[in-house]
Amino acid sequence: MEIDRVLRFENVGLRYGMGPEILRDLSFVIQPHSFQFLTGPSGAGKTTLLRLILMTLKPTRGLINLFGQEVARLDKDEMTGLRRRIGVVFQDFRLLDHLTTYENVALPLRVQGKDEASYRSEVIELLRWVGLGERMHVPPTVLSGGEKQRAAIARAVMVQPDLLLADEPTGNVDPPLARRLLRLFTELHRQGTSIVLATHDFDLMDQFDARRFVLADGYLEIFS
Amino acid sequence: MPRIDKAAISRSASRSAAIAARATGDLTVRAIGLAVAANRGLRLSRRRDTALLPASSISGRALVLIIAIMAFLASLTAGTVQLVSSASTNWRSAIAREVTIQVRPQVGRDTDADVKQAAAITRASAGVDAVDVYSKAQSTQLLEPWLGQDFELTEIPIPRIIAVKVSGHPDFGTLRKTLDQIPGVSLDDHRIWTARLSTMANAMILVGLVILGLVLTASGLAVAFATRGAMAGTREIIDVLHLVGGTDRFIANQFQRHFLRLGLKGGGIGGLAAIAVFVAAGLASRQWVATPGGDQVDALFGTFSLGLGGYGAVVVIAGVVALITTVVSRLTVFRNLRGLE
Ligand SMILES: Nc1ncnc2c1ncn2[C@@H]1O[C@H](COP(=O)(O)OP(=O)(O)OP(=O)(O)O)[C@@H](O)[C@H]1O
Ligand SMILES: [Mg+2]
Repeated sequence: MEIDRVLRFENVGLRYGMGPEILRDLSFVIQPHSFQFLTGPSGAGKTTLLRLILMTLKPTRGLINLFGQEVARLDKDEMTGLRRRIGVVFQDFRLLDHLTTYENVALPLRVQGKDEASYRSEVIELLRWVGLGERMHVPPTVLSGGEKQRAAIARAVMVQPDLLLADEPTGNVDPPLARRLLRLFTELHRQGTSIVLATHDFDLMDQFDARRFVLADGYLEIFS
Repeated sequence: MPRIDKAAISRSASRSAAIAARATGDLTVRAIGLAVAANRGLRLSRRRDTALLPASSISGRALVLIIAIMAFLASLTAGTVQLVSSASTNWRSAIAREVTIQVRPQVGRDTDADVKQAAAITRASAGVDAVDVYSKAQSTQLLEPWLGQDFELTEIPIPRIIAVKVSGHPDFGTLRKTLDQIPGVSLDDHRIWTARLSTMANAMILVGLVILGLVLTASGLAVAFATRGAMAGTREIIDVLHLVGGTDRFIANQFQRHFLRLGLKGGGIGGLAAIAVFVAAGLASRQWVATPGGDQVDALFGTFSLGLGGYGAVVVIAGVVALITTVVSRLTVFRNLRGLE
């Protein structure tokens, strides 16, 4: 299925409660099969922007259109339906500590009611690829920061999403591993997934030629 | 910068080299799920999925205890209601099968002759199975418990009793009219007693049912609170399940899995305890039967044995408690999830 647009923001603004406007008047489009870095100083609102896209925050004003649907008009189940097409790597990972690493990575498939036998080998292969093959039966609590990060990435790409949101996905790993993980994203991109990768890391951005969304003082500038 | 697990990194680095040595892109493609066959040989040993909600997040033991107590009380009430209602049916049919004719001695009349005549009339009327005339001595004996053995009764005009066993629906109206012609004779068909016993039994049953309703409501509320507590404790997990594409229904199912188990456990324990109480009471009452007190208990409750219907009621109640637990927790989860966002 070909979508003409993955995401469109129109004059979107956001403030938390009565606080200052964190994001002001954002308008942009994310095309299918596109790759963009999202950058900006700490506290600029990168995570906030990703939360808007994931529909866990409502914009204070403006319109968000996701996969051709007006987000404001969706009910909960429709939102869940759209979320199944989005993979997310959270800045704080959000792994479940009472499950094993394997179960965490398989979670998006499990909540869709898929039979474990149907995805087991894919999950294992992916875990091996991100270097967690030996660690898949331990809970995230005993993983290092970098290992957790890789588990979070594996969970996000597991469903081959149409849109991948990655919040500082290489923040906890050394440069060689960061490059390796970036390759996972570029491969996913090559297969048609649109990627939004939030990062501070200019070295990483130099590794791959892509649009850069730069957030500063609540405004967004796009460098192609 | 967080600590880096060197072993893991070097491991992944060497793996990375190995993978790079093979066709790079193609392998990644497989990694994200297009290839299936490669790893079929290596299977995880089949084990049950870990519950998505950790059992420890739901204060299960306290809840099982509460549910067990509620199920116990509810079953006890239901069993008692069943006992009273079957006992009252027994009283009523027993009483309805017997009427009494009283012959009060009249000055200037031959009481024995009156008794004989009344008995004859009764014997002749339709629907009468047996007529048992109490002799003077027997009638006197009936009063003994109240007056004592040493009381001299011969001087007192003691009413004579004729016990009549009836079946079907005899015509008491005609019989009474006929008997009324003999002075001092009256027919007592226990109608007042039957009516009073019925009223009392019905009142007891009603009270029992109200208590049953209250207990079930209370257990529902307890489950609702427990569910809310469990949800507050698993907020983080619920959020993640939502974020990776879990629907409200899916999440409610996870809670239901837990609560159904707790409900069955609690209901089972409570129901079994209630059955044990009834069995013990039945055994105890069998031992009392020989004593005078036992006769009274027997008269009130029959043999105090619950009967199949009673045990059935207990099982049903325990099941209902488990069902309430499941349904209430599910509804509570849905309501709370709707409240989120
Ligand atoms: N839940 C919240 N309530 C109130 N303010 C918030 C909340 N979350 C974030 N903020 C504020 O919004 C601003 C943007 O935060 P955000 O997390 O989006 O920044 P960021 O660009 O992701 O930063 P970093 O690079 O450090 O992750 C910050 O000033 C932060 O304090
Ligand atoms: Mg952030």
